[in-house]
Order: sequence, then structure tokens, then C-alpha cells
Amino acid sequence: MTSLTSEEPMRTDFTNRLKQHGGLVALAVILIFNILVTPNFLQAQTLAVNISQVATIAIVAMGMTLVIATGGIDLSVGAVMALSGALAPLIFLSEFGTAYPVLGLLAALFFPLVAALVCGLFNGAIVAVLKVQPIIATLILFISGRGIAQVLTNGNLQTFSNPEFSYLGTGKILGFPFQGWLAIAIACLLFWLVNRTIFGRYLLAIGGNERAAKLSGGPVRRVKIGAYVICSVLSGLAGLIVVAINSASDAARNGNLMELDAIAAAVVGGALLQGGKAPIFGAILGAVIIQLVKYTLLANGVEDEVALIAKAAIILAAVYIQQARKE
Amino acid sequence: MLDQNAFDLRKYISRNPQSVAVWIALIVLIAFGLMRYDNFGSAYNITSFLNYNAMFIAISVGMCFVILTGGIDLSVGSVAAFTSVVAAYLSPYGIEVAMPLAILSGVAFGIFNAICIVYLRIPPFITTLATMLGAKGGSLVISGAQTISVDWGSNFTKLGMEKAFDVVPWTIVLVAILVVALWVVLEMTSIGRTILAVGGGEDASVMMGLKVNRAKIFAYSVSGGCAGLAGVFLASGFGAGQPLEGVGWELSAIASVVVGGTLLTGGLGSIPATVAGALLLGLVFNILNFENGKGWISFSAYWQMVIRGAFLFAVILFQTRVMNRNSVVGHG
Repeated sequence: MTSLTSEEPMRTDFTNRLKQHGGLVALAVILIFNILVTPNFLQAQTLAVNISQVATIAIVAMGMTLVIATGGIDLSVGAVMALSGALAPLIFLSEFGTAYPVLGLLAALFFPLVAALVCGLFNGAIVAVLKVQPIIATLILFISGRGIAQVLTNGNLQTFSNPEFSYLGTGKILGFPFQGWLAIAIACLLFWLVNRTIFGRYLLAIGGNERAAKLSGGPVRRVKIGAYVICSVLSGLAGLIVVAINSASDAARNGNLMELDAIAAAVVGGALLQGGKAPIFGAILGAVIIQLVKYTLLANGVEDEVALIAKAAIILAAVYIQQARKE
Repeated sequence: MLDQNAFDLRKYISRNPQSVAVWIALIVLIAFGLMRYDNFGSAYNITSFLNYNAMFIAISVGMCFVILTGGIDLSVGSVAAFTSVVAAYLSPYGIEVAMPLAILSGVAFGIFNAICIVYLRIPPFITTLATMLGAKGGSLVISGAQTISVDWGSNFTKLGMEKAFDVVPWTIVLVAILVVALWVVLEMTSIGRTILAVGGGEDASVMMGLKVNRAKIFAYSVSGGCAGLAGVFLASGFGAGQPLEGVGWELSAIASVVVGGTLLTGGLGSIPATVAGALLLGLVFNILNFENGKGWISFSAYWQMVIRGAFLFAVILFQTRVMNRNSVVGHG
């Protein structure tokens, strides 16, 4: 060991750092590429469009990150989005909602999130109490959640004009989309939760070594259920935002394939599928990278289909680099 | 490594206690259908039901192989869509060219998955998720995001319409051959037993000197090939390559496998029970149609997803109870 030259540790240090901050490097590369190549990239409008699109992915990805931190996965996020997105217009378009607009609006924000919370409890209970593998446990709601949403709306597209509700998806504060601020606020809250609370300690401990966490007396069940509940509620919120953006709720399309985007964003952001890590801001970074890649390809005339292949390559590369880091 | 007891019913039950539920449920559902609806047992209903569900059975048994190794294959739906386009493009050359090449293109995706999983050590969930996106992108690129009509002049469409020996549609014959072949491979060949061993305990299998990597590559190739065959059925059944189809197929296939009692951790499961699981989930839809036909109630098609999810939940509840009782088997 003593014979090591001073140069070598520095080089390994550099490559390690590159691997640890691979996401940031990728982001920088994409940004520089866009500034040089994509027309009108450095404009407020481009920024606003990208933020309003990335916010929903980021919000779901943060919840997914918590679930992945426990060594789990949540396939039902898209279905939960469809469910909460279907409920909101049902409530504020109902007789009650039109008679009392303010109460109707509050109920249209509150009850869909409660429904999402119940979905999270369901997922969490099957995983933590019945000890069913997370993929299977959340597959139940993945299949039937969207079905419930479609049964509730009879499969119809619900269009509406409700400026107060649409603020959730189209409002702006200081020129930035409201949901962008919302995503940042949620990120700060979750960051605090993961790094500064006992819940966060146990969340990471469970993913690191569930047996050890249990033997040391940790509330494994409650923490796991908590992770699924938070993930579902955030998905419900994302579902409301999508409906607000479109001023329409389509249970068949709302949140479709969101589970893939959310998992990809979490993984690109540095979440380990085995659990034990919960990089909240990483999830936002991952969501931004995925959105920017999509935007870059579209803005430069590459077709949507090829963008899918690019997304696949990014996911594989991100996980491969992670894997190498671990070994 | 010939297993003499593979087809002994008692042995089958004692080795697959978790599969009993699906057989009971299937028999109950069929009995219910036969008693309640006049045409439920008609030759037309049975053949059209099996004809439509052939592709789901094919991807489910392929998925079963992968899950037995402790892996997962999320790419099957996209791969089936891809191979349906390949098959449609090749249909002018006839079924004898289009089918093998379409299946081979599916196998190629399976081999790609296996390479990423076995040699690059990327987890199966992520690898096949990426392949799912890649195959979807690929099928949209080669088809220009259009459905590709098959050549009606060739013998390609006969697969879905013409009957073998005037009795059973060719689709059903092919899927039956596939199921039996995979069953035999799993129960009676060394690579099949290795697949079961890998899922039971990968480290132990490596130490015993089993060819673990080879077994995994084989399992993912089988899954890719089955998805390829499903794509051929899709193209011949609907008369066109469908680049946009296949969404959610992987999860129906996983549901069939799980309903059939195969452990997601691998090592324990059976091909016939997987077929039963696929039939059970398909029957839910068939029975809903009949029930609506009686005119008393009107369930919208959306209910089928809710009911399928409820079925999955019920089977999982049952399985966790069986597993807790026979804790010897339950290593998940």
C-alpha cells in the first residue's frame, strides 16, 4: 500500500466521482448539446414547457424512490393517477360540487388523495403484512385500479372548465409553473423526512438489511406501509395535476406507462433496486434527464419512436454504471 | 435426468400445493359457465376462446420459465408486437418462412436480455424494462407506426382460420405443442431441472457445478421465442402486424403465472398450472360476455380488469395461507 504513487489514488478518486455524479455529468452534456444545437432552447417558454411536463414524473419518481429504498417497487402508480384523476371531476361536476363550488373544489382535491392513500395502504399491507413480493402486490392495483377508474367514469372522457382546479396544472408563480414549485416543496419535505427523521433512518435500514432492522426492534411494517402510502398519495397528486393541465380526465390514458418513467427516473437518479438508498433530489435529476432527452430528440426532429430506444439505452447505461460502482 | 414421477397426479399435488387453487377455481368457473349458459360448452365458443387466448398462453408459459429462474421478463408484450410486424412483412413468403423468422427475432430479444442479465449483471427487471421500450421503439420504427397488413394471397392467414384435420384451428394445435414441449423440457431434461434449481437457490446451484448461466440464457430465449410465436398469432389472427399492441401483456402473463401458483422468487412452479392460470383469467372475460348476453345485468368491459385484479388478490391470499402452513416449501 505504501508503494502507491500519489497519482493513482487521485485517478481512482476522479473516476469514482465521475461515477457518483454521472447523472449531473449527463445533465451537463445534454444541456450543452441543446444550447449549441437546439433552436430556441434558452427561452423562458421552453423552460416552462419542460418544467410543467417534468413535474408529474418527478413527483411520482420521488414516491417511487422511497418505495425502492425499502427494496420494493410500485407498479400501481399510473393506475392510482387514473383513479384520482377520474374522481376529481366526478366530485366537482356533481350536483353538490356545482351547488357549493368552494366546498366542491376542496372535496375534489381531498377525496382523490384519500382514495390514493387507501390504495397505498392496500399495497403496503399486502407487502408488509402478507409478505407478498412487491411486484405482485402492486400488480393487483395496476390491473384493477385503472379498471375501477373506467367503471366510475363509464370509460368516458370527462371534460370541464374549472379555472380554480386547473390552477394546479396551469398556474404560474414568479413565471414558473405551479407544479414545478410543488415538486420542489415536496422534494424538500421528503429530503427532510429521509435524512432527519426516525422514519427515514428505518426506511434506509430496511432496504439495507431488513432482518437486521427488524431484529434491532425497528417498526419495519409501519415504515414499509408508510413508504407505499406516500408513493400512492404523490401519484394521486400527479394524477390531479395531469387532469388539471388537460382540463379533461381520460381514465384510459392518465398515468399510462407512468410506472416505467418513474422507475427509470428513480434509477437514473441513483436509487438502488436492492434498496438502502433514497436520493430524493436524484429522482428529480433523473426525471429532468429523461424529460430533456425526450425533448432534445423531439426538438431536433427525431421521431418519438427512436426516443423510446434512447430511453431504453439510458436506463441500461445508468444501471450498468451503478452496478460497476457497487462491485 | 429422467423424472419418472412428473406426470403422477399425487406427486404433482404434493410438489405443487400452491397450484391446487387455480385448478379448483378453473373447474368451478367452467362448471358455473356450463350450468348457466346454453352455448358455453359449444364447439364454437371453445375454439374461439382458445384461438383468441393462444397468444396469452404462449407468453405465459415463456414467462413461467423466466420466473422459475427467479427473474422476470417485462419485454414480452413489446416483443410480440415487434414480431407481429416482422411476420406481417414476411407473410408474402408464406407461413413456413414468416413464422420461424418471426420467432427467431423474438429469440434474439431474449438473448439480448440474457446477455445483459448474465454477463453485465443488470437486474432482470431493469434489463427487460429497457428491452420493452427498445422493442416498442423498434417495432414503431420498422412499421412507420402503421399497422402492416399481411399478404392475404399467401397461406399465412390460414394459421388463424383453417383447421387441422377439420377439427381444431392450427393456432390451438401449435400452442398445445408448445405447452407440451416446454412441460417436457422443464420436467424431464437436465436444462429444465437446472432452471428449477437456479430459482431454488442460485448460489447453491453454482457451487454444485450446474450450468447456471446456460440455464438462464435458455429461459430468456424461450420467453423471447414464445413472445415471437404470440406475435405470429397476433398478425395472423388480426390480419395485420400490430406495432401498438402488447401493452400490458407482460403483466397479464405474470398474473397468469402467479395465479398458477409459481413462486415469483423462482424454483417452484408448473407449466400446466400456468396454462390454467391464463385460461382462468381469460374465462373471466368470456363469462362476463355471456352474462351480459343474458340481459339481466350489463357489466361494462371495464369490469373485467377489476375482476381479474380481484382474482389475483384472492389467489395471493390463498397462497400466502398455504405457504405459511407448508413452511418447508415457502422459502420466498
